Amino acid sequence: MSSVKTLKINGKDVSARTDDTILQVIREHDIFLPTLCHIEGLSAVGACRLCLVEINGSSKLRSACVTQVEEGMEVVTDNERLQKYRRMILEMLFVEGNHVCAVCVANGYCELQWLAERLGVDHTRLIYLHPDKHVDASHYRYAIDHNRCILCARCVRVCGEIEGAHTWDVAGRGINAHVVTDLNTSWDSSPTCTECGKCVQVCPTGALFKKSRAIGEMAKDNHFLPYLKTMREVNKNDR
Amino acid sequence: MKQTITIDPVTRIEGHGKITIQLDEHGEVAGAHFHVTQLRGFEKFAEGRPFREMPGLMARICGICPVSHLVASAKACDELMAVRIPQTAITLRRILNLAQLVQSHALSVFYLSAPDLLLGMDADPNRRNLLGMLAVDPQLARNGVRLRQFGQQVIERLAGKRIHPNWVVAGGVSDPLTEVARDAILADIPEVKRIAQQALAWFIPLIDRFRDEIAVFANFPTMYLGLINPDGSLEHYEGILRIVGWKGAHVIDINPNDYMDTIGEAVEDHSYLKSPFFKPVGYPGGIYRVGPLARCNMATRAGTPLADAGLREYQSLSWEERQSSFYFHYARLIEILYGIEKIEELLNTRSILDKHVQALANVNASEGIGVSEAPRGTLLHHYRVDDNGLITWANLIIATGHNNLAMDRGVLQVAQRYVNGNHIEEGMLNRVEAVIRTFDPCLSCSTHAIGQMPLVIDLVDDGGTLLERVQRG
Ligand code: SF4
Ligand code: SF4
Ligand code: FES
Repeated sequence: MSSVKTLKINGKDVSARTDDTILQVIREHDIFLPTLCHIEGLSAVGACRLCLVEINGSSKLRSACVTQVEEGMEVVTDNERLQKYRRMILEMLFVEGNHVCAVCVANGYCELQWLAERLGVDHTRLIYLHPDKHVDASHYRYAIDHNRCILCARCVRVCGEIEGAHTWDVAGRGINAHVVTDLNTSWDSSPTCTECGKCVQVCPTGALFKKSRAIGEMAKDNHFLPYLKTMREVNKNDR
Repeated sequence: MKQTITIDPVTRIEGHGKITIQLDEHGEVAGAHFHVTQLRGFEKFAEGRPFREMPGLMARICGICPVSHLVASAKACDELMAVRIPQTAITLRRILNLAQLVQSHALSVFYLSAPDLLLGMDADPNRRNLLGMLAVDPQLARNGVRLRQFGQQVIERLAGKRIHPNWVVAGGVSDPLTEVARDAILADIPEVKRIAQQALAWFIPLIDRFRDEIAVFANFPTMYLGLINPDGSLEHYEGILRIVGWKGAHVIDINPNDYMDTIGEAVEDHSYLKSPFFKPVGYPGGIYRVGPLARCNMATRAGTPLADAGLREYQSLSWEERQSSFYFHYARLIEILYGIEKIEELLNTRSILDKHVQALANVNASEGIGVSEAPRGTLLHHYRVDDNGLITWANLIIATGHNNLAMDRGVLQVAQRYVNGNHIEEGMLNRVEAVIRTFDPCLSCSTHAIGQMPLVIDLVDDGGTLLERVQRG
C-alpha cells in the first residue's frame, strides 16, 4: 500500500502521509482552521468541535483533528455554514461560563478570546447562564477559576500523557461537567500533583493560572510540548 | 401648594446625579437634595475573586479616575501580602497618582468650570462650553487641553494605557520605568509648569467677580479630612490620615485600621451614595469635606517651591473666606502646579530606573486597607481574604461620598439664594449645578457634556401634576 495519500483541500491537490489527520495536513499547508481542544504534542480528543470541516460535500461535518485522511477526499475548511457553526460553538462556550475578559488574568493571551475576535464573535445571541462556579486557590502557586474553564481537557491530557501524574480528570456530565484534581479534593491536598505547572501553560484560557499573576499578565508558554513528546517517544523506542 | 423642582440630566439613565428642590406653599425653597442614582456593586463583584485581581477590577469603577482606585486597591493588596514594596515602586505609583491628579483637575477646571468662570454664570448656555471659551480666550482653552494631555501622557508613558492601566499591581508595579519615558516626561515639564502658573494667575483676579456665588457656594464651616505629611505638607499617597476643624485645629489622626470607629456611613433614601460622617460628632453634624479644598486648607505648606508660593497666597485669604466651596477651583490649580513640580522631583530621584519594582509574595494577612488621595479626595479600599487569598468581604469609601453631606447642604444654600418658585431662569439652575461642580463629583454626569449638562426641571405640585417644565441641552 502506498505510504502517501492525495486529497483536495479547498479545491487544491495536496498529499499526506497515511496516518495523518486532516488537521495535520491543513496545518502543513498553512491553512487557517480554528482549534481549541487540540494542541500539538498531546493526543487528539475532538472535544470542542471547532475544527469542523466538510468532507465530500456531505452534510455530516467531521472534526479535522480526529479524522484520518483518505485517498481522494475533498475537504472544505471554510464556508458560511462552517462559520455559522463555529461561531455558535464559541457563543455557547461564553454563555456556559463567566468570562469577563477585561478583568481576566489571561486577557490578551487567551485562545478563546483570540478565536472570538478572529471569527467575529463580539456578542452572543444566547442567554448567559451565569453559572455559580468557584475558584480553587488552595495551591500555593497555581489556581483554577472554573468560571473560565471550557472543558477542553488539555490539562487532563498533559498531566497524564506528559507529566505522568494524572492529577486532573473530568467529573460530572453535560453542563455539570468540570475538571477535578484527584478524587475531587482541593488542589493543595493532591497527593499526585508534582507542581510542574504544565497544565497551567497548556490551558487555552484564564482558567488555570499562576497566582502571582494579575489581570492581563498570564502569558502562556507551551513550547515545551512538542519537544517533550518527541523525548517520550524516543524513550519508548529505546526500551 | 407644595412644589418640587427636579433637575435631571435627561440623556443619561444611569451613573448620573439629579437635583431636587422642594418649594413650600409660598414658592420659597424649603429643602434641596443632591441624589446619586448611580449603581455601585463592586463590593459584591469582588467576593470570591483572587485578591490580585482587585486593582484591575477596581480600576473599572471609574473611567475618569481609574488610577486612584488602582493605587488604593494595590496598597490594600500590599497589606494582604504583608510586604514592604520596593521604594522605586512606591515612587512610580506616586508619579502615576500625581499625573492622574493633574489630568483630572485640568478636566474639572478647564473643561467643566472655566466656561462659567470665563463667560459668566448667566451667559448663553450654547456658548458656555469649551468651544465658546475657544472663541473668547483661545489660549486659556488650549492651556487646559495641554495640561490634561500632559497628565494623560505621563500615565501612558508609565502604564502604557490611559484608561484602566493594569500596571499597578499587588506588591508594586509590573514594569520598571524606561529611560526614554523618563526623559520624555522631563522634557515636557518646563512648558506645563509655565502653563500651570499662568492658570493660577488667570484665576486669582476672577475671585472678585464671583463674590455673590462665593457667599453661597457651599459656604459653611465643616471639618476637613485628608492625608497630610507630618511636616504639614501636601500628601496624596502615604502620610497621616487627619481630620482638622475650625482654623485648621487638629481634631484627630485616624489609624486607617480603625476608620470604622471614626467614620460612620449613613444611608439616605434619596441617594445610592453612602454619606460618611465623623462618628464622634454624629450624623449629620459630623460633616466634613475632602478633596483639593480640604487638602489646601489643611496643609501648612505644599512641599514644592512654586506651589508653596501659590499656597501661601491662597492662605492669605482668611480661614472664614476659605470655607466656600468655590475655592475648590483655586485649590485645584495649586495642586496642578504641585503635581507637576513633584513629578519632576520624583523623576529625578536616583533609583527611579531600578528594575526591581515588585515584591512577590502570597497572602500573609487576612485583612488589608489601602488609603490614597484621589483628585476628589480620600479613597479607602478595605478587603478581607480567606487563607487562599480569595476575597471574602470588601468595603470602599469613595471620595465623592465623603462630600455628599456638604454637596447636599451646598445645593440648599444656593437654591435658597437663587431659586424662586415663581420663576425659573437658566442662570439660576446653572448655579445650582455649578455648586455641585465645584466638588467635581465623580459621576458620569459631571463630565458628561463639555461645560454643561442637559437638564430638565420639572415644577410639580404635591398632587404630582406638572406645572412647568424647563429644558435645555
Ligand atoms: S478566559 Fe479568555 S475568554 Fe475567558 S475571560 Fe479570560 S480572556 Fe476572556
Ligand atoms: S482548566 Fe483549562 S486546560 Fe483544563 S479543561 Fe479547563 S480550559 Fe481546558
Ligand atoms: S480542535 Fe478538533 S475538536 Fe477541538
